[in-house]
Amino acid sequence: MIRDITLGQYYPGSSWIHRLDPRTKIIATLVFIVAIFVVPDFIGFAISFVVLALIIGISKVPLKFILRGLKPVFFIILLTFILNMFMIPGETLVKLGFLTITRQGLHTAVFMGLRLIFLILGASMLTLTTKPINLTDGIESLLSPFKKVGLPAHDLAMMMTIALRFIPTLLEETDKIMKAQQARGADFETGNILRRAMALIPILVPLFISAFRIAQDLAMAMESRCYGGNMARTRMNAMKMGSNDIMGFVLMALYLGITIAERIFM
Amino acid sequence: MSIEVKNLSYIYNEGFPGESLALDDVSFAALDGELVGIIGHTGSGKSTLLQQLNGLLRPKSGTIIVGDTNITDSKTSMLSVRRTIGLVFQYPEYQLFEETVAKDVAYGPGNLGLEQEEIDARVREAIEMVGLDYDEVKNKSPFELSGGQKRRVAIAGVIAMKPQVLILDEPTAGLNPKAHDDILQMVETIHQKEGNIVILVSHNMDDIAAMADRVLVMDHGKLIMNGSPQEVFARREELASIGLAVPAATEILGRLKDAGLNVEADCLTLDEAADRIAAALK
Repeated sequence: MIRDITLGQYYPGSSWIHRLDPRTKIIATLVFIVAIFVVPDFIGFAISFVVLALIIGISKVPLKFILRGLKPVFFIILLTFILNMFMIPGETLVKLGFLTITRQGLHTAVFMGLRLIFLILGASMLTLTTKPINLTDGIESLLSPFKKVGLPAHDLAMMMTIALRFIPTLLEETDKIMKAQQARGADFETGNILRRAMALIPILVPLFISAFRIAQDLAMAMESRCYGGNMARTRMNAMKMGSNDIMGFVLMALYLGITIAERIFM
Repeated sequence: MSIEVKNLSYIYNEGFPGESLALDDVSFAALDGELVGIIGHTGSGKSTLLQQLNGLLRPKSGTIIVGDTNITDSKTSMLSVRRTIGLVFQYPEYQLFEETVAKDVAYGPGNLGLEQEEIDARVREAIEMVGLDYDEVKNKSPFELSGGQKRRVAIAGVIAMKPQVLILDEPTAGLNPKAHDDILQMVETIHQKEGNIVILVSHNMDDIAAMADRVLVMDHGKLIMNGSPQEVFARREELASIGLAVPAATEILGRLKDAGLNVEADCLTLDEAADRIAAALK
């Protein structure tokens, strides 16, 4: 169950998308996010849908796998949808007691719901097709101009690398501890909220202890290999942009252009 | 009380990349009071099998019958399964969480919904059974104990539930030789006192040979051997072909036999081996 979370997970592959430079993909994702906020109407979403569908199609990541990533945020999407539907004043469509659904409310609810879904799917395409290590390398490289104003780009990237690297480890650890406590008769599924929250203590305490142990071991291992963040480190696999990346930029620029044009002229 | 496992199969990540058949048509039975040893390489399906026995994983197909309950039936209450079957994971000390040793050991019995008096009695009994002094450790934090002691406390947490089947997944992993022997001694004691079925997973063939009534050998999700330690360890070459060793004594006699000495290589302890060699040299 806990392993079902795909947000931030990498799906191995060698598609055109997988082979793009991580920097290209990060910028493309940012462009996509900006475009989604620019989108003025449902025609815009239709265009974005085509773009997203193309990206998913080319990446060859199974749709089932991508949609699994939506599950954990489903509640947030639903809440946004419901709040928008009932809270926005306007022309009344349906009246349920003190709640009213308005035309504007329904419009905004669907619009915001779509926006959230597109944002999450777009962002997860980045992590699904980019190895965490490449992703952080890309971020570091994109942030490095800001080093001049004192931004510790390398340290930030290293922190992200470690965080990403240990997500699966900690999930596995959680799974193991949960099973061990279940074997001792723990019950996480029944009872009221307070009971369920209390039932988490036997998981959280060992999990924190594990996290500290792992952190200490890792720090020691890095220290003993003389790790230092500020030395001019070089890379074994230097990133290089190619014609594919230029093509990616052109395509994303076209998409953003169309979206902006649509907003202005339609 | 007996365990009967029939045609058990399990697949990890079914329908996704990394799908793997972790258990492939495994069948065996364990009789009342038996101590069953399971050996096999990392990834051979041992841990998956243990989790099935405890109801933590549901099989893809097959049944597990413990006593007269079918624990693979979705209607069976998991609490009653866990009351009957105690599972001690690898490195069980990582599951400790309470402020005091006594409270931690009481967690399992508490989940079973027992009376406070019964819980207290069981906690005392379990802590003493694992060879710790109840009055000395009961109010200590489990985190200030040594590695071997922590593991004892964790095991006590499971035996306090008085399971009729006790499963231990490599209970001696990562311990020093002294603590290793102590833990195995403790397992023997518990087995004798409680008269329960004990299932022990280990990488140490000498331990398995010395303790088990029956040995199961797992390889790539399949159960490939099931017999007494003598029978199983007599198949030295087959075991070697899947990367498993035999007890030191069996290995020595096997090699002597290969070198031409007229001995039978089916013994398990060093004393027996010495007698055999002496007899052969006379």
